[in-house]
Amino acid sequence: MELDSAQLSAVLSRIQFAFTVSFHIIFPSITIGLATLIALWEGLWLRTGNPVYLQLAKFWIKPFAITFGMGVVSGIVLSYEFGTNFSKFSEITGAVLGPLMAYEVLTAFFLEAGFLGVMLFGWQRVSAKLHYFATCTVAVGTWISAFWIIAANSWMQTPTGHRIVDGKFEVVSWFEVIFNPSMPYRLSHMLLATLLTATFVVMATSAWYLLKQQHQAFARKGLSLTLWLALVLAPLQAVVGDFHGLNVKEHQPIKLAAMEGIWPARESNVPLLLFAWPDQKAEKNHFEVAVPGLASLILTHQWDGELTGLKSVPASDRPNVPLVFFSFRVMVGLGVLMIGVAMLGLLLRWRGTLYQSRWFLRICSVLAPSGVIAVLAGWYVVEVGRQPWLVQGLVRTMDVVSPLPAERVMLSLSLFVLTYSLLFGVYLYFFRKLIKKGPPALDELQQLQIGVKASGYAVSFNKALAEPGQSNGQGA
Amino acid sequence: MDISLFYFLLLGFAILMYVVLDGFDLGIGILYPWFASDEEHDHLMRSVAHVWDGNETWLVFGGVILFGAFPAAYALLLSSLYLPIMLMLIGLIFRGVAFEYRFKSHSSRIWWSRAFSLGSTLAACCQGLMLGALVQGLPADAVAGHSLALFTPFSLFTALAVPAGYALLGCTYLVMKSRGAIQHKAAQRGRPLVWLVMAAMAVVSLLTLLQSEQIMQRWLGGWHALALLPLPLLAIVAARLLYRDLGRVRKSHHQAIAVTEKHEDRPFWLAVSLFVLAFAGLVVSLFPDLLPGQLSYQNAVAPAASLWFMLPGVLIFVPLILAYTIWGYRIFAGKVEDFEQGY
Repeated sequence: MELDSAQLSAVLSRIQFAFTVSFHIIFPSITIGLATLIALWEGLWLRTGNPVYLQLAKFWIKPFAITFGMGVVSGIVLSYEFGTNFSKFSEITGAVLGPLMAYEVLTAFFLEAGFLGVMLFGWQRVSAKLHYFATCTVAVGTWISAFWIIAANSWMQTPTGHRIVDGKFEVVSWFEVIFNPSMPYRLSHMLLATLLTATFVVMATSAWYLLKQQHQAFARKGLSLTLWLALVLAPLQAVVGDFHGLNVKEHQPIKLAAMEGIWPARESNVPLLLFAWPDQKAEKNHFEVAVPGLASLILTHQWDGELTGLKSVPASDRPNVPLVFFSFRVMVGLGVLMIGVAMLGLLLRWRGTLYQSRWFLRICSVLAPSGVIAVLAGWYVVEVGRQPWLVQGLVRTMDVVSPLPAERVMLSLSLFVLTYSLLFGVYLYFFRKLIKKGPPALDELQQLQIGVKASGYAVSFNKALAEPGQSNGQGA
Repeated sequence: MDISLFYFLLLGFAILMYVVLDGFDLGIGILYPWFASDEEHDHLMRSVAHVWDGNETWLVFGGVILFGAFPAAYALLLSSLYLPIMLMLIGLIFRGVAFEYRFKSHSSRIWWSRAFSLGSTLAACCQGLMLGALVQGLPADAVAGHSLALFTPFSLFTALAVPAGYALLGCTYLVMKSRGAIQHKAAQRGRPLVWLVMAAMAVVSLLTLLQSEQIMQRWLGGWHALALLPLPLLAIVAARLLYRDLGRVRKSHHQAIAVTEKHEDRPFWLAVSLFVLAFAGLVVSLFPDLLPGQLSYQNAVAPAASLWFMLPGVLIFVPLILAYTIWGYRIFAGKVEDFEQGY
C-alpha cells in the first residue's frame, strides 16, 4: 500500500497513540487493584491488630508507588495527545469528552494526588485511622477515575445522548452520554480485570517467596488471600465478560464478527473457533479448530442462532481481523487459566498441601504478568475492533488526525519509544529489586506501630529538638 | 457574569496554580546542579517528593478545562505547539519517575539526579518557549508548516526567562524548607535571580506592548493606565522586599543574626506574588484571546450544555481540592529534616 505524506503522518500519529496508551494502561491496571488490596490489608490490620497485615500493606505500598508514578507520568501524555495528534477529533468531540475528563480530574486525579503524599510519607505524621482514611481515599480515587474514563471510552463505542450541529457533537442528555449502552459492562469488566491483575501479581510474588522458602508467614497470608479472591473474581469475570460480549453483539456486530472470525454476512449454527487463521484477502479462515454451534449457543442461547458476519459490510468498514481475533483468544485463554488456578488452589487447600506443592507454586509464580497481558489483549479487542471508526459509525479515525508533517510525528514517536523502552526496563528492574528485598521485618513494624500511635508526640519531640537550631541559624 | 468568561477565568486560575506550584518544584530541579553533595540532593528532592504529583495535576486540569470548555482552542493550540509540548512531556516523564527511582537506587543514583534536573529544566524551557510563541502570535501554518517556525529570538528568550523564574521560586521554597548551609546557599543564589527575573519581566512586558496597537492602548491610553499602574509598581515593591529578605537570610549565617520564621517564609510568598502579578499583566494584555490574534475565548467556547454540566463539578470540587491540598501541605509543614525518611 502506497502512502502519501498526509496518510503517513496519520498512521504515525495512530501508532504513537496506540503505543503510548498501551504503555499507560499497564500501570493503572495494576494500581487500581493494588490500592484496593492495600486498603483492605490496612483495614484488616486496624481491625485485628495482626502485624502480618501491616507487613503486607507496608511491603506492597512500594511497588504500588513506583507503578503509580509510572501511571501518572504516562497518563499526562495522553491528556495532551488528543489535541496534539487528533486535533480535529478533539474539536468535534470536545464538548462531549472534555467535560467527562474534567470530572475525572476534579473528582479523582486531585484526590489521588492529594492523599497519596499522606499514604506514602505520612505514616508517622498522622494517626493510624487518618492514614487508613488516606489509603482508602486513594483507592476510591482510582475507581472514580476508571468510572469517568470508561464512560468516555464507552461513549466512543456506543454513542448516545448527543446530536451533531455543524459537524460538531453537542450533548442532549448527559445521563445517556455517561450511562451509554456499553458503559456498565465495560466498567465492571475493567474493574474486575484490575482486581484480578493485582491479585495475580501478589499471588505470584507470594508463591515465589514460598518456593524460595523466604518470609513464610507473610507469603502464606498473601497466597491464601489472593487465591480466595481469585476464586471469586475469576469466574465472576467470565460471567461479566459474557454479558459484555452479548452487548457487543447488539451494538457492534462487526467487532463481534472479528472476535469470533465469522465471515458470511449472516450465519446460523455458528461454530466456536478455538483456533483459526483469518485471511482478510480471501475473506475466510484457514486451519479452523471448531466446536460446532457453540458460538451461536453462547451468543444467542440457541444452537442454530443467527449472527452477523464481516461480509455484511464492505472491507473498508472492517477492523484488522487477525489482531482482534487473536487478542480475544489471548484474553479468554488467560481468563480460563486464572479460573483453573483458582480451582486448583481450592483443591490443594482442601487437601492441606497448598503451601508445599512446588509445581503449583511454580505455576502461580509465572502468572505475575497474566493480568496485565489479558488487560492489554482485551483493550486491543475493544479499540482495534472498533476501527475504522473512532466514534462508532460516526467519525472515522483517518479523517480526524492533525495535519502534522510526518517527520515531526516520527520524531516524537521515536522519543516515546526510546523513553518508554528505557523506563519499562527500569520499572521491571526496580520492581524485582523491591520483591527481592522482601517485606519489612516484624520488629521494625512494631516500632513503627508505637510511632503511629504516638504520632503527635513524635512530631512535637522532633520539633523541640529542632527549635534551638532554628533560632540560632545553623548555630549549635 | 457570562458563563464563558467564567471558564476563561477558571482556565487562567488553573494555569496560574500550575505555574506557581509546579514552578517551585521544577525550580528545585533547575537548581539541582548548584548543589553538589548527595545529602543536599536528597534534601532537595525530599522537599517536594510529597507534592510534585499534586502540583502537576494542575497541568492536566488546565488541559481538560481547555478541552471541555474551549475545544477549538485546545485542538488548535496543542497541534500548533506540537514539538514543545512533546518535549515538555518527555522532560516531565523523566523528572517525575526520578522521584521514585532515585531513592531506591545505588549505582544508578547519579543518572536519576541527572534525569531529575535535565527533565525539570527541559520542561521549564519548553513552557517558556510556548509562552513566547503565544505572546508573539502563532504562525498561521504552525501545524503543517516548518518545524522550527516556533523558535524565534523572542521565544528563545522566554525559554530562558521562565526557568529563571522557576529557579527563583525554587530558591525561596528551599529557604522556607531548609536550615543551615542549604538555606544559605538558596538565599545567596536567589538574590541575583531576583534581578534576572525582573529584567526578563521588563523585556517581555515591553515586547508585549509592541505586539499590537490594542495592547499598547490598553496599558498606556486613558484611565486604563492608571488602573493598571499598580501591577508593575507592586511587582517592583515585591522584588525589592524579596531581595532584602533573601539578603537577611544569607547574612544570618555569617553574623549569627536571628532570622524569624516570618523571614524564612516570606520570600516564597513574595516570589509567588511576582508570578501572580506577571500573570495578571499577561492576561490584561491578551484578553480576550486564547490564541493571540487568532482565536478569542468567545469563538472557541463549547456549547452551553457542556459548560453548565461542568459548573457544579467546578464549584463543589475546586474548593474541596484547595482545602485538602492545603491540609496536605500543612501535614508536612516545617523543615525537610523533620520528616522521617521515605516510606
